[in-house]
Amino acid sequence: MKRLSALAFILALPTAALAAEVAPGEVSFDGMAVSEPVAKSAGDPEAGREVFVDRGLGNCLACHQNSEIENAQFPGNVGPSMDGVASRWEPGQLRAIIVNAKEIFGPDTIMPGFYTLDVGVDVAEDRKGETILSAQQVEDVVAYLATLEQESAQ
Amino acid sequence: LALAPRVLADPVDEALTIDGQEIITTAPAPTEPEGHPFDEVRSGWLYREPDTRSMEADSFENPGMLAVERGEEIWNTAEGEAGQSCASCHEDASEFLKGVGASYPKWDEASGKPINIELFINKHREEKMGAEAYKFDEDAQKDLTAFIKNQSLGIPVEIDLSEGDMMSWWEEGKERYYLRTGQLNLSCATCHEQNNGRYIRADHLSQGNTNGFPTYRLKQGALVSLHNRFRGCIRDTRAEFPDAFSDELMALEVYTAWRGGGLSVETPAVRQ
Ligand code: HEC
Ligand code: HEC
Ligand code: HEC
Repeated sequence: MKRLSALAFILALPTAALAAEVAPGEVSFDGMAVSEPVAKSAGDPEAGREVFVDRGLGNCLACHQNSEIENAQFPGNVGPSMDGVASRWEPGQLRAIIVNAKEIFGPDTIMPGFYTLDVGVDVAEDRKGETILSAQQVEDVVAYLATLEQESAQ
Repeated sequence: LALAPRVLADPVDEALTIDGQEIITTAPAPTEPEGHPFDEVRSGWLYREPDTRSMEADSFENPGMLAVERGEEIWNTAEGEAGQSCASCHEDASEFLKGVGASYPKWDEASGKPINIELFINKHREEKMGAEAYKFDEDAQKDLTAFIKNQSLGIPVEIDLSEGDMMSWWEEGKERYYLRTGQLNLSCATCHEQNNGRYIRADHLSQGNTNGFPTYRLKQGALVSLHNRFRGCIRDTRAEFPDAFSDELMALEVYTAWRGGGLSVETPAVRQ
C-alpha cells in the first residue's frame, strides 16, 4: 500500500523535473559566485523577507541595517547596510555570500555561513548536522535581496 | 567590489566616580606576556547607555548594592559544624579584603589549579567552617562574591601569572578565546576584538572585560556571575557550553582577567 502510493507519487512527477536540491557540502563556488540555485523551486522574495527578519532564521537585522524594513527594532551595524545591495552584487554572488560568507570575505568574517556544515566546534545538540537555513530559504533570501536595488534616500 | 562603509560607534569618553572613588575605565594594555590585541583596555561601562552608566555611578541607585549588603550579612553569619563565619577569622572585612578581589584568579597550590573567588568561598566554607559548598549561581554565592569584590572597588585588576602553572592556563584560555564554536561559528575574539565598538542589534560590543563581575544586569533584573556570562556568550554561538568552574572556563577567566588588567574593579557593575 505504502509502496504503491510512493510509486504513484514518483510517476506523477514531471520527467523534466527541476534541478535537484544541492546538498550543503556539494555547493560549487566559481570565483565569487554560486551560479546554480541550491533549491528545486525558484526563490520567493516575500518569504525571503520573512527569513531576513526572523530572529530564529536569518536574524540578518542583528548585523545589517535595511531601510526597506520599516520599524525594524535596533538593527545592528556589524555588517554593511543592505540598501542597494542588489546593485553591488549579482544574484550568484549574493547566493555565495549567504551559503558561506567565509568563501567570499575570508575565514575571519563574523557573518555566519547559512548553508554550510563547515561550522564551529561543540555545535548545540539540537543543531548538529543542520544548516541554519534550508536550501529553499537561501533561494528566498537571494530573491529578496535582489529586489534591494535602490540606495536609500537618507 | 567595495564594501559599503560601516559606522563604528566609539565608546564614550567620560570619567566614572563611585562614592568619591575614582574608577579607572581606560588603561594601557598589559605588555607581559606579549600579544595583547589592544593598545588600551576599556571598561564595558564606557559602552553602555547614559541611564545605565549613571545607575552604576550612584551606589544608591545601583540595584546590585542590595546584593552587596546581603553578602555582608552572609560574611558575618556563622554556619556549619565549626560554628564560624568568615568574620570569625577575618575580622575587619574592609581591611582584610581590600585588593583581594582584584588579584583573582590566583594559583591554588592545593588543587594544582587556578582558583577564583567563588571557589575560594567554597573552600573556606568546607575546610574552615565545616559548611556545604554553594551550588553554582546560588544567590548566596553571587551575593558574597559581590561583597568580596566590592571591597576592592577602584583597585586595578592585576593577577599574578608567575605563580605555579598559571601561564599554561593563560595559554589554554587564549586558545579558547580564539576558538570558533557553534553553528554560528564565532569566537570571543570575533565579537569582542574584531567587532569591538559595533552594534549587534542594540548591544554595543565592548572588549568583554571581567572587572565588573558579578554584574547587575537590567535584562535579567539580577546579579549575573562571570561564568554565567561566559556560558551565555558561548550559547549564543549555538554551541554546547562547558560547566561553570570547568577547566575550560577557569582558563578563560585567567586569560580574560589578564586582558582587562589595569582596569578598576567595578563590582557590582550595571550592564544592560
Ligand atoms: C553576525 C553578523 C552578521 C549576520 C547575522 C549576517 N551578516 Fe551579512 N555581513 C556581515 C558582515 C560583517 C559583512 C561584511 C563582510 C565582512 O566584513 O566580513 C556582511 C556582508 C553581507 C553582504 C554583502 C554586503 C555588501 O554591501 O557588500 C550581504 C549581501 C549580506 N551580508 C547578507 C546577509 C544576510 C541576507 C544575512 C541573514 C540571512 C546576513 N548577512 C547575516 C555580518 C553579518
Ligand atoms: C577558621 C578560620 C577561617 C574561616 C572561618 C574563614 N577563613 Fe578565610 N582564611 C583563613 C586563613 C588562615 C587564611 C590565610 C591562609 C589560607 O589561605 O588558608 C585565609 C585566607 C582567605 C582568603 C585569601 C585572601 C588572599 O589574600 O588571597 C580569602 C579570600 C578568604 N580567606 C575568604 C574567606 C571567606 C569568604 C570565608 C567565609 C566563607 C572565610 N575565608 C572563612 C581562615 C579562615
Ligand atoms: C555573538 C557575539 C558574542 C560572542 C561570540 C561572545 N560575546 Fe561576550 N558579549 C556579547 C554581547 C553582545 C555582550 C554585551 C555587550 C558587551 O558588553 O559587549 C557581551 C558581554 C560580555 C562580557 C561582559 C562585559 C561587561 O563589561 O560586562 C564578557 C566578560 C564577555 N562578553 C565575554 C565573552 C567571552 C569570554 C566570549 C567567548 C567565550 C564571548 N564573550 C563571546 C557578544 C558576544
